[in-house]
Amino acid sequence: MKVSYFPGCTLRTKAKDLDFYARKCAEILGVELCEIKDWQCCGASFISAKDEVASKLSSVRALVAAREEGQPLVTVCSACHNVIKQTNHAMQTDEEFASKANLYMSQDKEPAAPYNGETEVYHYLEMLRDTVGFDKIKEAVKNPLTGKKIAAYYGCMLLRPGKVMNFDDPENPSIMENFIRALGAEPVVYPARNECCGSYVVLEDAESAKKKSNSVSESAVNHGAEMIVTACPLCKYNLEKNGSSVPVVYFTELLAIALGVKEDTDAE
Amino acid sequence: MLNKTERQKEQILRMSGVNPLKCMRCGKCSGTCPSYDEMEYHPHQFVYMVETGDIESLRNSDSIYKCLSCFACVDRCPRGVEPAKIVEALRLTVIREKDANHLTANQIPALLDDEIPQQALMSAMRKYSK
Repeated sequence: MKVSYFPGCTLRTKAKDLDFYARKCAEILGVELCEIKDWQCCGASFISAKDEVASKLSSVRALVAAREEGQPLVTVCSACHNVIKQTNHAMQTDEEFASKANLYMSQDKEPAAPYNGETEVYHYLEMLRDTVGFDKIKEAVKNPLTGKKIAAYYGCMLLRPGKVMNFDDPENPSIMENFIRALGAEPVVYPARNECCGSYVVLEDAESAKKKSNSVSESAVNHGAEMIVTACPLCKYNLEKNGSSVPVVYFTELLAIALGVKEDTDAE
Repeated sequence: MLNKTERQKEQILRMSGVNPLKCMRCGKCSGTCPSYDEMEYHPHQFVYMVETGDIESLRNSDSIYKCLSCFACVDRCPRGVEPAKIVEALRLTVIREKDANHLTANQIPALLDDEIPQQALMSAMRKYSK
């Protein structure tokens, strides 16, 4: 099956492994990630104010590009996923916002038909769960991660706002734990798995971010985690910078190890 | 004709889509806020102070830059008040004014290290700058 793929700014720079292994594993699992032509950075944060329009147009353009291909839009980065899914929801439900966004879009050189949220947006993990299926992943595993205790770190952006993201139960999620089980490892459930790492506030107040990151990594480690897995480059950065005592890896790296493609290839 | 406070309040409510009268002041938003300790005014106070028109105090407080937009308060509010959207609207009304950006591009190089992801810069500029 073919899907439109939006990598995002960080996956081209600091988070190449997140992207590289997403592509590698998709090939093995029979999904073709078709990168959107000329995609633009999503902005990394969704601005909830209803009168903020122009900064959401890059997401609208990506959504339109996927619609034109008749494909769902898949993202890997938590932030891109959050921004694009929330923008899509705004295009579906906020008539005034949608009409303003479509007016901007009509000024493009070759404007597409007005967009009203027709594209389906999936995170790569949702694609693994709903399209590929964790059973099929289990069958494709060559190096099961048997005995490894792995903590899924959801953070905020995969889950919230829950009624818009519709990704999993925002308070008791299970998708990443089921993913970890499919790879043969043992998921570690811990209280801070859906709390914030400190996010962009690291630039404004590094101490504040440190406190949040440490409370997450300590919560995971105190419950027996040997490794933390994430979909978010900024979560990874904050946890590592503030001294997580266990490795923090992207979920796509973990998948690549289990599928037997990580040793043979190198993202650098 | 609305006075200044009424105009500000109307603007915040319009931008955020929040109805502060839904709030029963249980404090769950502040209880769950990861930035509670760094804030002078807390999420439940944002809701109450906008309702009562004490908007200048919020505009002048650093609390508007401490919100992580983690949406914990939004999802955990029993009445769907969505305090984070009020914080966002307030911050925007401040930084949209002339020369009022909280973070400028010139400040960025000093804040970088080799590992910081582009995502952090994009987010911060979008939240702190127009």
